[in-house]
Amino acid sequence: MNAANLTLSLVIGVLFGGGTYLITQRALLRVILGFTLLGHAANLILLLAGGPAGPAPDAAHIPPDDPPRTADPLPQALALTAVVITFAVTALLLALAHRGVVLNGDDEVPDDVEDRQLGRRPMRERELETGEEDL
Amino acid sequence: MTSTAVLVTVPIILPLLVAGITFLLSPFPSAQQALGVTVLGAVLIDAILLLVRVDSAGPQAVRVGGWSPTLGITLVADRFCALVLLVAVTVCLVVLLYAIGQGIAERYVENAPSIFHPTYLVLLAGIALVFLTGDLFTLFVGLEVMLMASYVLITLGATRERVRSGMTYIICSLVASITLLTAIGLTYAATGTVNLARLSLATPHLAEGTRTLLGALLLVALGIKAALVPLHWWLPDSYPTAPAPVTAIFAALLTKVAIYAIARTQTLLFPHQGPSTTLLLIAAATMLIGIAGALVQDDLNRSLSFALVSHIGFMLFGIGLWSVAGLTGTLLYLVHHITVQTALFLVSGLVERERGTVSLSRLGGVAVTTPALAALFLIPALSLSGVPPLAGFVGKLALLQAAVAPAGATRADAIGDAGAFGADANRLTPLVLTAVAILLLTSLLTLAAMTRIWMTVFWGEPAIPVPDQRPDDAVTVGTALPARLMWLATTLAILISLTVAATAGPLSAFSQRAAVDLTDHDTYRNTVLRNPASHTEETP
Repeated sequence: MNAANLTLSLVIGVLFGGGTYLITQRALLRVILGFTLLGHAANLILLLAGGPAGPAPDAAHIPPDDPPRTADPLPQALALTAVVITFAVTALLLALAHRGVVLNGDDEVPDDVEDRQLGRRPMRERELETGEEDL
Repeated sequence: MTSTAVLVTVPIILPLLVAGITFLLSPFPSAQQALGVTVLGAVLIDAILLLVRVDSAGPQAVRVGGWSPTLGITLVADRFCALVLLVAVTVCLVVLLYAIGQGIAERYVENAPSIFHPTYLVLLAGIALVFLTGDLFTLFVGLEVMLMASYVLITLGATRERVRSGMTYIICSLVASITLLTAIGLTYAATGTVNLARLSLATPHLAEGTRTLLGALLLVALGIKAALVPLHWWLPDSYPTAPAPVTAIFAALLTKVAIYAIARTQTLLFPHQGPSTTLLLIAAATMLIGIAGALVQDDLNRSLSFALVSHIGFMLFGIGLWSVAGLTGTLLYLVHHITVQTALFLVSGLVERERGTVSLSRLGGVAVTTPALAALFLIPALSLSGVPPLAGFVGKLALLQAAVAPAGATRADAIGDAGAFGADANRLTPLVLTAVAILLLTSLLTLAAMTRIWMTVFWGEPAIPVPDQRPDDAVTVGTALPARLMWLATTLAILISLTVAATAGPLSAFSQRAAVDLTDHDTYRNTVLRNPASHTEETP
């Protein structure tokens, strides 16, 4: 098996790092950009999994006496499918971010109301208890 | 084209095709409804025929477009996936009737096309593709098709609350998808194939570290989608805000699809001896933490969502036992849980339609105002808690028997791949015993959670119904709208779960055969990889 391409591996690492950072942000637009970077990283992994580049795997155009190592077509097909999927999801997310701006005036992902209520419950109970002690 | 090829491809192709047609029909709601119900009926018949076929003739493989498994897509149907597919399609049909009854399906907002029916059919096609696929990448595509449809359904109507919960849901699902895609890329780099049958030949020869990494990546990716603790936080946050039928179908099927994928990939690609420590630990944590959440929530749907997370642990427990009996229990529990969880969420939708809210603190005395609704809640609630003779008891009994019975006692004789699921002498390790104790405790706590809902919602003084801002809007609550078909569909869902209990005997026997299928790797590989020229009994 051939050694993996170092440049591509580094690019994948940087994309994963940047994507992970962006996806932890509050603003939805940054999350979408982060998701795009992560999608690119995963697609590059697929491409890298196919091994080194080579001529198109078309039997008619390869000289039969000296067959050069052709490129593996399968990961390219997989990456193409994945690109289409990430494209569609990105479009949907952008529409949702736009809807969020229309409804809330910004595209931040807000906290869950119920979560905050549950989180405040012990604090409220403590306040009540101390309040009774004061009386 | 053989009749098998038709049976296997119809659940995927037909809903997708008709989804396009229903989209064009969006100005005619009744035509959309008729077409949607007809197609689901047709797929249901197809699923029954497929089940009969694989039970009599063994696993079936179909090469799409005639490509060999090295390059093309292979669809595989065995007893395991045929049974899950049948239950899934049945539940889809019931929930579609409920959705039509609730009237969320034909809302026609600001001239936008009515998208419920097309999306719902795409969802079914994605689920069927995950069940029937024979390779890892098509599994990813199936999950994406399913999730894409679910993104649209969960933000239906795009109210403020739904956009908020939809964001959480979509972003978490995306992280899982990217992880899965990365896992697939690395698997291809390590083995040079994504076909499950070929992978099952390749994974035993991988280096220990590589195999563990790939197994863990797949488990994390699918674990987010299955809502395993500690990857479950998105679920109770996002499911409850969707319309009742959407929540019902998500709770019934989306997490189970991931559990199915975990069962398939872990047993086929990463077999090992004896109970799996990792899986049992995750299962125990999922059971306990899930039910703890269900006990404190102040919202009916949220409480049920946490109960759902908890019971995912039961299914993982069966997989973690790593025996034919354990997988039999998982399958029985899967079938039971799909039907019961649907029924519970449908009842919750009816409560909201009747009383205008699902907040526990604003509900009370529903048993006085609407006694029939209390009866409809009681049956699935008791079934979920595992009270005999309901379906939940059957599933739990099978899981417990699998855990404590001496090795071999409950095991079928015809295990093909004895190496992968070897005859281990004593599987009753302290870990298994602890997990069993937690399973029993969780059952008890489930009963407590259901009792709590029963006490606050159905007993006591009738609470004043919460006034509905827009009583004619079916997408929010719509208290002024009729609900006859909703009642009918809910009753139907409960009847189906009672049928599961009534047919427990044959179903257990079938599940055991299905679990043997799942562990019999040689037959699976032969079915997928053998040259189709050698079995041309049906080729024209």
